[in-house]
Order: sequence, then structure tokens, then C-alpha cells
Amino acid sequence: MGSISVLLVGKVLPYLEQELDKRYNLFRGIDPSQRAAVLRDHAASIRAVVASSSGGPDAALIEALPKLEIVSSFSVGVDRIDLQKCKEKGVRVTNTPDVLTDEVADLTIGLILAVLRRICECDRYVRSGNWKKGDYKLTTKFSGKTLGILGLGRIGAAVAKRAEGFDCSICYYSRNEKPDSKYKYYPSVVELASNCDVLVVACPLTSETHHIINREVINALGPKGVLINIGRGKHVDEPELVSALLEGRLGGAGLDVFEKEPHVPEELFGLENVVLLPHVGSATVETRTAMADLVLDNLEAHFLGKPLLTPLV
Amino acid sequence: MDSELPALLVLGPPMVFKLFQSHYSHKYRFLNAFSSHLPLPEFLQTQQTHPSSVRAILCNPRQPVTADVIRSLPSLGIVATTTVGADHIDTAECRRRGIQVVTLGSQFAPDVADMAVALLIDVMFKISAGDRFAKKSIHFKPWSFPSGSKLGGKRVGIIGLGRIGGEVAKRLEAFDCIIMYHSRNKNPSVSYTFYSNVVDLASNSDVLILCCPLTEQTKYIVNKEVMLALGKDGIIVNVGRGALIDEKELVQCLMEGEIRGAGLDVFENEPNVPEELFALDNVVLSPHAAAYTLDCFMDACEHVAKSLDAFFSSKSLIISPIT
Repeated sequence: MGSISVLLVGKVLPYLEQELDKRYNLFRGIDPSQRAAVLRDHAASIRAVVASSSGGPDAALIEALPKLEIVSSFSVGVDRIDLQKCKEKGVRVTNTPDVLTDEVADLTIGLILAVLRRICECDRYVRSGNWKKGDYKLTTKFSGKTLGILGLGRIGAAVAKRAEGFDCSICYYSRNEKPDSKYKYYPSVVELASNCDVLVVACPLTSETHHIINREVINALGPKGVLINIGRGKHVDEPELVSALLEGRLGGAGLDVFEKEPHVPEELFGLENVVLLPHVGSATVETRTAMADLVLDNLEAHFLGKPLLTPLV
Repeated sequence: MDSELPALLVLGPPMVFKLFQSHYSHKYRFLNAFSSHLPLPEFLQTQQTHPSSVRAILCNPRQPVTADVIRSLPSLGIVATTTVGADHIDTAECRRRGIQVVTLGSQFAPDVADMAVALLIDVMFKISAGDRFAKKSIHFKPWSFPSGSKLGGKRVGIIGLGRIGGEVAKRLEAFDCIIMYHSRNKNPSVSYTFYSNVVDLASNSDVLILCCPLTEQTKYIVNKEVMLALGKDGIIVNVGRGALIDEKELVQCLMEGEIRGAGLDVFENEPNVPEELFALDNVVLSPHAAAYTLDCFMDACEHVAKSLDAFFSSKSLIISPIT
């Protein structure tokens, strides 16, 4: 298999890059000029592309690779990949669902608690010596609050299950109401936002869900509401979010993703009601290794003519 | 007017007092003894109040209700404290005098349990460390991920399966944690595995969560032996009292990697915290704030107000009296 050419177009775990290098003829095309050079010399031989949340093949790239057979993404979200084009061209696409569901759900609850209970701020308070001057202020209880989930898929459902342990009420919005769900459905995001205390974005990023969290939704969530984004940065109209937080129209936010990662809006740095994470998502080495193995196993299965493990297309 | 309102002698003051005063100033004439250095009888004089007109006390551990205090108030009928414990009240003297002692029940158990889970997830996934990192620069660089996986499947050893321990267990079950515990006595109504020995519990746990009261028996219940038994992947969360853990040993173990990390809301000598911890990313520190939510404080105020109401209107008191 060392002769099969594979193009890497997104940042991945070093372990994955090393393994790809060992097993295949790996070309690195994360940086645009790198990619252009690779395409110039090797476009005709590339049979697989490895993508991630930071980069994936758009229509143009797919067109430029006549021998492309499979795109294997080191992520659950495949918003960077032109799925339609892949379908048209008969290119298979795999992602890494399930292995990270529990971690992301755990992290989501951790983020909610960090914002409501000001955990990070309390930690700063102690480290700075300020506790010697007096107690920290009263924070907001999480137990018993109403959680609104945008997208009741695997991750959304896992978050809901955990929140129930805190006696939270759960409501949700999704494209279609789920008849088997015991949670309350709202037919619009604004209505969901108006009726919950904490709104969690847990849906895939598509053209319909781009900026699904806009000014109207943010205002509906309100000065006591908290937004948690563990989806994609582009789910949220970031400038609107920033101004809402600065003006106090939104009560708080916990963000693991940003519109222009790795750029983070610095206006948020000093806000005690905001917790920012550097896209940790699938938060641990173990999970990322499992994701990497899934990428490798999908590629191997494909080239051995076996069924793909986690195909999307 | 003011003199028609029943007098409420306030010692301490309780943490919730500012909130209580703001909500109930129309119901009581507050005698804020905590703000005076004078002995009680002299203080009451300055308030134009005869000791025999003081029937109720609101207090907390900062200013004990001693036998002397009780004896100087011949009409005292109720002592309300904003804590679960009543060690700071001479309950024997109260019994002798037929004085009701009202404590808090489980109002703050959910908040403390929330804090325990918050600290655990933060340590496991480095949330506070991540927030510090992300707020350093407008472009975040690659982040060094913590090792260790999701909460699911982790063995959580709860030390003290009372109200708070029970709420912690319930929450962590929803994360698919395996719950085990050590308590003074085995609880027949729970199916969690019981360990009569803390070292054994630690050897079989990935996480230890301290939820028990501080007594002579529980002082330093987590010592070096327990921490070594917990092991290098182990995490400790303390929402009980600082002295449940041998703090010097804890600092050593954290610095030397004998345990993976710790989430601490309480310390041996608050508000002093060992400064060696400030440089560590595997530690999350909280200023004894586990019960410090507005909801919790309001619940506590309401509980006290209800008790005092019942007393002053001579209804029978059924809210957590100590007899």
C-alpha cells in the first residue's frame, strides 16, 4: 500500500500523520501553496484525501483529482467537504462518529457548569490571591434549569441524558420533530431560545444551519440565557454574539469553536461570563487516537475492497 | 412601626444575611450583634432592647451561641442557623430551656453536587486551563490534550454518601460512571459497592470525591497512603472540608505526579491556599463556593423565614428541628 498516494488537507493528530506517512505515499496539502505544488505534480495519482474540521476538499479540489476514490475525515463534522460533488463523482466519504460522542457530551456539561458557576473565574480568583480580600460573588445554579438542544442527534441526546441527572428539563429543536422523544419540541430556534435557560448547539453545519444563532435567537435567549457552542463556529453570527455579550443582552457563553479558528474574538477575553476553549471537542488523546484509527481503518478497508466502517457517502 | 416587629438577634453574620435582610426587613427588627465588640447585654442596651424581648437568634459558626448567650436571654425560644451542623450552638442548654434549634436541611446539596461534578470535568478535560490558554492570544496554537478518556466507565469512590454524596452519585450515574462509596455505615438502600476501608476504596477507584463532614474520625481521611493507592491516574475532588485531606501531602503528590489532578473547593487554612498549586494546570481551585448560588441562598433564607414565621405565630414547627 506504500505506493497509494494520499493527500492530507486538514490538521490532524500527529499520530495519524505519522501512520499515513508509514502506510501510504503521503502528500501534505494543508497550506494553499503546498497544496498547489502537490497538485501540479501529483494530481493524477491521488486516490484518497484525508480531511479534518480545519480543512476538506471542496468541489474544485475534487474536480482536480481524477483518480480520487475516497475522502476520510478526521472529524464528525463534514462541512468542509463538498458531499454533493463526492456523490456525483462516486467518491466515498467517511467520518468518525460515535467514538467522540460521550467526550463531547461530557465536555458540554463541563462548559455549562463552568459558565453558570464561574468555575474558571473562581480559579482565577484564588490564584490571584483575591480570595484573601473576600468571598467570590454568588453564581447561578445549574440543577433544575431548562436546557434547549439544537439538534437532537447522538451528541444532543447524550447531553440531554446527562442533564437529566441534574433534574434539568429538556427541550429541543431539530429539522423534524422526533416522535419517540420524551423531550419537548419547539418548531423554531427562536421559540426554543425563548423557552430555555441554556441553549446548546449540537447540530451539523450545513447551508441551512449557517448562522442559525443570529441576533433574533440571541435576544430571545436573553440577559439570563447562556449559549454553548460545541458545533461549528459558523453556526453562530459571531459579531452579533460578541456585541450581545458586551451589551449584556446575553447572559453568558461557553464556546469551543469560532467562526475563523484559530482566531478568537479578543473582546471576550475579559468577560467573566464567557468560557473559551481552543477547539478541544473530542477532548482527549485516547479519543483522538480512536478517531485516527477509524480514519486508517476506513482507508484500509476501502483499498482492500472491504466494506467501509463509517461511510457517509 | 419598628418596635412592633419582632426582634431578631443576629450573630455571625450568616453568609446569606445581606440577602435575608434585603428580603425580610419588613418582618423583623434586626439586632446586628455581629457588628459590635460589646458584650451582649451592653450591645442590647445600645439598641434600646431589653434582653427579655429577644426571642429569636439567627446565627452561623462565626459567632457561637454559647450557654452564656442563652442564659442572658430569658425569653429565647428559637435559634436558627444557616448551616447543617449545629456545633456552634450549645444544644444541651437549648434542650434544657426548651429552645428550638433550626438548621438547614438539604437545600444546598444539589449546588454542592453540581460543584463536585464541575470540578471533576474541569480537571479531566482541562477546562480552566483551556480557558486560560484561549484567552492569552487572539490566535490559539495547538493545544496539548489531556490523556485519560471520558467519564463513562470511570470508577468514582464517594467518601460520605449522605445528601450531598447521594446527589453526586445520581449525577455521575448519568455519565455512566461506576459508583462506589465509603461511609461510617453501609447503606442498605443503595446498590453501590461499599468499602469499609478508604485505602481499598482508593485502590479500586479512578476518582475520589469527598462529601463527608469533618469530624475527629474523618480528619485527614485522605492521607498519603490513600493518595498512593488512588494512583497516578487518579483524581481527587474535595467539596467537604479542607482538613479531610492532608494538604501538605496532597501538594507533594500533585507536584510529583503521584496523582493525576485535583479539584478543590476547600482548604485547610482558608482563604490561604498553598501557592505551589498556582503553577499547576492539573488543579482547579475554588474559593469555598460550592453552595454560593443565588438560588441556594434564597432557599436558605426562605427556610429560615418560614421557621421564624411559624415560631412567631406559634404554629407547630415541623421544619428540621433538633430536639
